[in-house]
Amino acid sequence: MEDFLSTLRELEETGSAAIRGAGDPAELEQVRVEYLGRKARLTLLLRSVGELPPERRRPAGAEANRVKKRLLELLEARAAELAAAVAEGRAESDATLPGRERWRGARHPCTLVTDEICEIFKELGFVRARGPEAESVWYNFIALNTPLDHPAVDEQDTFYLGSDVVLRTHTSPVQARVMEKWPPPVRILVPGVVYRRDPFDASHAPAFEQIEGLAVDEGISFVDFKASINYFVRRFFGEDVVTRFRPSFFPFTEPSAEVDVSCTICHGKGCSACKGTGWIEIMGAGMVDPAVFDNVGYDSERYTGFAFGMGVGRIAMQRYRIPDIRLLYESDVRFLAQFERA
Amino acid sequence: MDVSYRWLKELAPTIAEPAAALAERITYTAVPVDEVIWLGEGLKELVVGRVESIAKHPQADRLVICQVHIGRGEPVQVVTGAPLVVEGGYYPFVGAGQALPDGQVIKRVKLRGEQSEGMLCSERELGVGRDAAGIMQLMGEFTPGQPVIEAIGFDDYRLVLDVTANRPDLLGHWGIAREVAPGGETDLQLPEFPGHRRAECTIETVPEEGGAAGVRVRIEDPEGCPRYMGAVIRGVTVGPSPEWLASRLRAVGLQPINNVVDATNYVLYELNQPLHAFDLAKLGGPAVVIRRAKVGEWLRTLDGKDRDLDPEMLVIADAEVPSAMAGLMGGEASEVTEDTRDVFLECAYFDPKRIRRGAQLLGLDTDASYRFQRGIDQAGLPRALQRVIELILTVAGGELDGKVVDVYPRPAQTRTVAVRPSRVSHLLGVQLNEETIRGCLEPIGFELSEGEGERLSVEVPTWRPDVEREVDLIEEVARRHGYGRFPDQMRTFRPTTVPEDEYVAIAERVRDVMVSLGFLEAKTSPFAPGGEGEVSLLNPLSEREDHLRSDLLTGLVHRVEHNFARGQRDVRLFEIGTAFRSAGGPAPEEHIRVAAVWTGRRAPLHWSGQDADWDFWDLKWILASVANVAALGSEVQSLDPVEEAARLNFEEPLLVLSPDRGRLGWAGRLPAGGLEAPRWAGPVWGLELEILPARPQPLAYQPLPVYPGVERDLALVVPKGTAAAEVGAVIREVSPEHLESLSVFDVYEGEKIPEGTRSIAWRLRFRSPDRTLTDEEIDVAMSRIVSALEERLNVGLRGA
Ligand SMILES: [Zn+2]
Repeated sequence: MEDFLSTLRELEETGSAAIRGAGDPAELEQVRVEYLGRKARLTLLLRSVGELPPERRRPAGAEANRVKKRLLELLEARAAELAAAVAEGRAESDATLPGRERWRGARHPCTLVTDEICEIFKELGFVRARGPEAESVWYNFIALNTPLDHPAVDEQDTFYLGSDVVLRTHTSPVQARVMEKWPPPVRILVPGVVYRRDPFDASHAPAFEQIEGLAVDEGISFVDFKASINYFVRRFFGEDVVTRFRPSFFPFTEPSAEVDVSCTICHGKGCSACKGTGWIEIMGAGMVDPAVFDNVGYDSERYTGFAFGMGVGRIAMQRYRIPDIRLLYESDVRFLAQFERA
Repeated sequence: MDVSYRWLKELAPTIAEPAAALAERITYTAVPVDEVIWLGEGLKELVVGRVESIAKHPQADRLVICQVHIGRGEPVQVVTGAPLVVEGGYYPFVGAGQALPDGQVIKRVKLRGEQSEGMLCSERELGVGRDAAGIMQLMGEFTPGQPVIEAIGFDDYRLVLDVTANRPDLLGHWGIAREVAPGGETDLQLPEFPGHRRAECTIETVPEEGGAAGVRVRIEDPEGCPRYMGAVIRGVTVGPSPEWLASRLRAVGLQPINNVVDATNYVLYELNQPLHAFDLAKLGGPAVVIRRAKVGEWLRTLDGKDRDLDPEMLVIADAEVPSAMAGLMGGEASEVTEDTRDVFLECAYFDPKRIRRGAQLLGLDTDASYRFQRGIDQAGLPRALQRVIELILTVAGGELDGKVVDVYPRPAQTRTVAVRPSRVSHLLGVQLNEETIRGCLEPIGFELSEGEGERLSVEVPTWRPDVEREVDLIEEVARRHGYGRFPDQMRTFRPTTVPEDEYVAIAERVRDVMVSLGFLEAKTSPFAPGGEGEVSLLNPLSEREDHLRSDLLTGLVHRVEHNFARGQRDVRLFEIGTAFRSAGGPAPEEHIRVAAVWTGRRAPLHWSGQDADWDFWDLKWILASVANVAALGSEVQSLDPVEEAARLNFEEPLLVLSPDRGRLGWAGRLPAGGLEAPRWAGPVWGLELEILPARPQPLAYQPLPVYPGVERDLALVVPKGTAAAEVGAVIREVSPEHLESLSVFDVYEGEKIPEGTRSIAWRLRFRSPDRTLTDEEIDVAMSRIVSALEERLNVGLRGA
């Protein structure tokens, strides 16, 4: 008896699924033959009711008939559905019609660039960190060895929220915050929004994305710095791209460097993208200034490190040949949807 | 900083490379050279012409007819309107058929009946200066027919250097020449001027107050002005500079003014020493007092503006009133003019911070203030003053009167910094020995001697105020050695102690969800007009954007309007970003949020008819999908529309609640009047949600069922006003634990059921993990469900 009933339930379950899944009348007919035909298991089962002990014949027969009736109903309903579809112009039989489509989403070009940079530096052991966008003057300037009366700080460039609170002008304050909290080795990447008091034009935005990197440990040298940046550049821009490191000045790194890559469009010959120089500036970088270590309580004699910062929007503009930075912030769907393939 | 290649080579004759190669070397070892410009561009065809005679035009009062000797053949006739043209003067000449640098071709023309065979050019037409008013007279002796390029020294390149804030020494040609000459400082020389006149200067150094030819000089603010030198030249003739001087200034982008002012500018660009010449007759006393400005004082500066002064500013005053803004700009009253006979020359060192403060207060930035702010060479004053005295004597005549005064209250100390060769190698990652270090530092003026232990003792030259520590010297070594020479050699590294930021990781997952739902990521302005609790900016860019946003949705809705205005009906945007709220303290609260807004079709236009507009049921799914990741453990609730909708400014609002944090977000349909939408636009939906970091519970595998499940359908007639959720809750409550799933598969309202009711059809699936369920127990369960629904909610079976 148990066997009889569980077989019935199994047939009910698989049979109803098969009916719902039938895609055209022919397939449905096959399903009918399989489950309700003369040689179907349900038919055979019904015939075997007489072999059961007499007291069990009635409930078994009733259940078997219930299942048969349910499957027949489902069969009928599905047949009607399919007939309606066929009547609607035999649409489903024309395989050249477009498939059922869904909207495709897309990441912002700045996110694409940030993600790729993070991915590459992850291979070099960097993890992502974060900090506040409204920063104290201490973290944004002073901890980074930048006294407020230094010519490198132009008051005109900084948004103030209060006498001691600014919108961070770079992601570098996170360097100091992380070092205060965690001992070396430090290997972090800081993607984030930064603010400069520049009105919108083709190449400036008052808020834009930057990414910062910092590596600190015993024995990190200028050679490690160069090799890490070169590794990144080859992975990001391609094996055939070359870099040049040239002197620069940032209050929180020393030696400081500006890193250029050979123009990926003209391969160094000079074109409009590189303003004829053959080089494209991608980052400011350098060895962490010992004053920064002193400010966060690291032993500047023992630890050394390097730091770098890149403008994500500028790199996205180069990579995707976007001529005007405002396109990044206008949110025109015809622009944003172009990045669904990326 | 605009640099003349020829000027550099005059100072350092050992520079052998062509301009482009030199520019590259400067870029690689010092500061970037943004541009190399050939100054002779377009000037090749022009020659020097001498005006032989001038006659009045018979038909026009304002025109004259010149006969111009251009070196070959007969003089050519030129008709010009220039008022100051003189007989015997030399002028740049462009003949008919030839072109000006801007490409304009000169034609042979008749002006009021008189033939003109060419043109005498102005500075502007030549592209060498800004003066367009008159034609450019070349001062000095020339040969008619001589190329103009040669005559004005424009067979030269201009190098545009972007001098970084740490290198004030590179703001003059001398400093740059020292940096790039192969032998450094020892290769340099100060060339003589054409017709050079020497001056014997006797310098008298005093601590506080002294005099030069009867002019009293006193420093009242030695902090603001640690050194002030002055000299008097009598009997100058102020006039135009000779061509060599004017051209030199034009080559570095300066406009010649008169011989005295030009001489000070020349020395500024040569030796990086700002200088100022006063008309001595206009200095009351005569005295020069360096002091803080007094409250209520004012000065009309050279640019004709009246400026109110502040005690934070440093001024040069005569016996009574200010006559110049120290280090910033001279005063109009004591300006050198054509009537000036005697001049007082100032050569000073001002404190960089004081000059910076004054420049900020006045919103003024000049060649002089730019240099003082960065720090000039305090020890270089005597040489610069001597140089400018000799230049003025040479080009403007006159005689030096008396001694040169040098008020020097606080003689500068030379700085000594120790450097360890082992530290140089440690930081730079390659072995650099003492010899290499010396080779890098000594040519540019650092003096090295043996110090304590392995240390080298380095005396820093006075023109390098930026070098104060060992690491500053290491940078000098690295840069002079050449960054390009360090190997590209990856070395081992240790993993960091810092954990990945949890917000960054979760934001990435939220982004994945939104993108998979078909949304486009936007980045909108973080600035907004003000509202309650919003954070204001002290110095906003505009009044419309003088606060930080307190939500993301408002900005996104504006972006939808932007897209509507461009004819886009299907818009799906999301943003992950920071919202700011005032928190009472100095810094605002920052909330990392995700917001989304969408309108139009739920899927692209399709023949199957599956492209209806987004509706409330999509909203529920989208919100639940995001909340599941952004705010794990939160719950989505519908709200009584009447009560909350107005406050949230949403129709059909939904709330996201967290058990411990309360309200985390909301979603709904934007009221039709809430944004600017064209008539063809569909409903606009939006959500905004706080992102909360949370570690998901570790997933544990659930065994797959081995016993069959049983499905039963339940068609219920539900009185209107009873929510589906209430019915579902009752079903769950009274069901046995074997209820595996509960779904609604049909909702019907219409004539087939009693008025005031609707039909909701549910599918229940029961399954036990350890046995096959019997029909009997399911029947019992079903009838318990039905009677509970009947009793508690007045819900009955359909068709019963
Ligand atoms: Zn290029």
